[in-house]
Formats: sequence, C-alpha cells, structure tokens
Amino acid sequence: MNETYDLRFGESHIEVHKFHAGTILLSLLIAVVLQSFLPVYISKAGILDLPLLITIYFGLSRRNPSTGLLLGTVIGLLQDSLSKTPLGLFGISKTIIGYLASSIGARLDTEHPAARFALTAAFFVLHQGIVILIQKLLLAQPQPWFTMRLLIACLVNATLGVFLYYFLDRLRKT
Amino acid sequence: MVGLPSRHRSLFLLIGVVLLQVLLLAVQIKRDSQGRLIRVWTVSAVSPVQRSGSWGVGKIRDAWRHYFALSDTARQNEQLIRENGALKLEIMQLEGKSAEADRLAALLNFKQKQAKVPMVVARVIGSSADPNSNVIYLDQGQRDGIRKNMGVITPEGVVGKVIESYRDTSQVLVLTDRDSGVGAMIANSRIQSPVGGTGEPLLNMKYVGNDDEVAVGSRVVTSGMDRIFPKDLPVGVITQVKPGGQYKQIRVKPSANLEKLEEVIVLLTTDPVVMKQEPAPQADNSSVPPGSASPKTAPQSTSAATNAKPMDKRP
Repeated sequence: MNETYDLRFGESHIEVHKFHAGTILLSLLIAVVLQSFLPVYISKAGILDLPLLITIYFGLSRRNPSTGLLLGTVIGLLQDSLSKTPLGLFGISKTIIGYLASSIGARLDTEHPAARFALTAAFFVLHQGIVILIQKLLLAQPQPWFTMRLLIACLVNATLGVFLYYFLDRLRKT
Repeated sequence: MVGLPSRHRSLFLLIGVVLLQVLLLAVQIKRDSQGRLIRVWTVSAVSPVQRSGSWGVGKIRDAWRHYFALSDTARQNEQLIRENGALKLEIMQLEGKSAEADRLAALLNFKQKQAKVPMVVARVIGSSADPNSNVIYLDQGQRDGIRKNMGVITPEGVVGKVIESYRDTSQVLVLTDRDSGVGAMIANSRIQSPVGGTGEPLLNMKYVGNDDEVAVGSRVVTSGMDRIFPKDLPVGVITQVKPGGQYKQIRVKPSANLEKLEEVIVLLTTDPVVMKQEPAPQADNSSVPPGSASPKTAPQSTSAATNAKPMDKRP
C-alpha cells in the first residue's frame, strides 16, 4: 500500500498523509488523558481543548471524511465519558468537526501555519457554537453565545494548534 | 450504503452517526441515565494513568524541590526569618484584640464539632475533560465509603459535592461550576440564599432582595439547608454588591482555593449533619455561630435551598 497518495481536484494535487501504526490511537488517548490531567497542576490549562486539536489535525491530514467523522465521534464520546456532560454532547460536535476538517483538507492545502491557525480558530468557534446549540436545544441549558474566555480560548488553542501540528507532522510516514 | 454514490457515503455516515448520538442524548434525558457503563469503562481505563501521572508529577516535583532547587534556599531562609519576625509581631497585635480571640475561639469550637463528622482525606488526581465544566476526580471511591451527594471540603471552606462514585475513584462537581450550588447565608446578617457557580472564579449569591443590607467583605457560610454540608462552614467572602432588577447582584470569592486543589476532605455521610448549637460570642458580629440569632431568610431562598437539588441543577 502506498504510504502517501494524491487527491486530484482540477489541476491541484493534495497529498494524503499516512501515519505510523498506532499514532492516531496513541495521540487520541494522550490528548484525552492530558485534557483531564493538566488542569490539576496548571489551572489555566483548562482553557485548552486538546481532543479538538487532535480531531482537526488528523481530519486535515487524512482527508477522508468517513475516517475523520468516526475519529471525531470516538474522541468526543471519550471526552463526554470523562466529563459530567451527557454522552453525545462532545460526540456530536466533534463528529461534525472531524467531517468538516476532512472535507476541507481534501480541497485545500492546509500545510501553511497561517492556514492552520485560521482553520483551527474557525473550527474552535464552530465547535463551541455546536456545543452551545445542543445545550440550548436538546438539553435546555441556557449558555451565553459569546464570552471573553471563549475568544481567549480560541486564540490560545489556534496558536497551540500550529505548534502541535508541527510536532505531529514529524510522526508522518515519509 | 452499497447503493449510494461514493461521494455521498460519508455524508450519509455523518447524518447517521449524528442521529445516533442525538438518540443517545434523548435516551439519557428521558431515563435520567448518564450512560454509566461507558463512563465506568472510560474512567477505569483512564484513572490508572491519572494516578500514575499524579504519582510521577509528585516524585518529579519532590526531586526538583529537594535536589535541584536548592540554590534559592539560603535566600528563602533569610526571607522566612524576616517573615517569621513580622508574623511574631502580628501575633502579638492579634493577641491584644479580644474580638479576634473570640472569633478564633468560635472557629476552634466549630472544628471540634466537625471532628465528629465521619470524613476521609482524598487526593485530586484529575479534572474534567470538558473545558467548560469544573469537575475533579479523587483517588478514593466506593471502597473508601464515598457515595454520590456527599459533601467535599477543605479546611478553608466548601469545595463541592460528589456527583459520581466509582470503585476507586469519585467525581466531584466543584462549586465554581455553572451547575453547582450550595445552601448559604451571610454570616453577620443571617440572610439565607443559595450560592452558585458561574463558570468563573467568583461565585454568585442569587436571591438577596434589593432592600437587604449587604456589605462587601461579609463572610458567607453554609446554611445547612441543602442537607449536604453542616451549618457554618465557610463558603466565601462577598467582594461585590450591585443593585439588580429584583435581587442584588452579589459576587462571592470562594474561601477554598478551588483553582489549586490537591487534597480534599470528603464528608462520609449523606444524612444531614446536625451541629451542636451554642451561644454566640458577643465580640464579633461577623462570626456569629449557629443558633445565636434568628435567621433572616429571603423568601425565595428558603424554597430554593430546601426544594431544589442544591449542588446540581442539571435537568
């Protein structure tokens, strides 16, 4: 099996990246564990959403919507299991983000740090929007649409995403 | 899926997976179930890693403090000597104030009473994977006698309540969480009102009427109305009071340092803890013990504190 291959849309060539065995599973588990572990020692780390960053990265890299959405589902449900939220809240939102990231990744070159920053910020806002929408519509839990914390979290996660993606790029098969 | 055009397969898969999860949400709401089995599996899988991580971090921190971070020790020693001198002076001043002594006596009395309540000390090993909620995991669970709805405190004040108990782990909803709340009252005026989390570091005191006198700096203590926490445990200090539409907008700074919790005390009883009532010391109005003054209760707060599930407002 080829380790990388090209998707062709018109004249553009977009490379689909493969990873070493277990990389995705291990990254997923580390992200979920760190998400629930870091804030104990660094209270400000609660602002991070590492499972979301992992969903976005592998969605953009693998560029397969089915894989992306299923990865989002698994990460989201794991995150739900370790939270007080009903199962499905993060599951649904990360499923949609995984699908969209994979779909966009298949159409755009998302290797440039600026593009990654913008996409991560946009996906973060969208993810938060979906979570709040589900909380309002399905769970009858009123939540504010916008807070200063959300804006800061968006910028912090997008910045961290650029560095994290750079590190995860090293784990690709060459 | 076989008959579908390949480019639409993923879209149909997306719709299917999302619908399944909406159904899962609906089932949980309808049956008031929280998918306990899946949670037990996940927590069982993750908590050993958290436990090991906590142990590892503790070891690394100890090693750093005891072997590598000694370069500042001499400077810290000098600083501690200076601080010690200043503290001795402060203690002498404090000893001259009978009101302060009364307050300390009341606190000591309260601690002695609290010692009768069965409790266990637990270590914080993790927090919520949801950035928007304030939930922590403890390293003790059902095997140590911890059950759902037990109160969690530190010597400084109220922390929250147990919302889920597993075999070796338990999940605690911290007071600052949006869904959290505790039956409380202002220590000097005895005005009762629930105090709840806002998702921010400060808490919110909800149902104090605009006509009631509330001063910044007043202490807020548990009222005991929620039947989880004993009366007169410190909740926080009022830091801001603003007139609101029907009720005052009161912000309360938690007494316990909820952002840096490492060890907590779990009150091992879900029965209401009844404290022995004693007469109040006369010197300090701000620390009037239970039973010394007739409680002035905001009408809405009484019903809110007694009828609602005080620490959990989830539907």
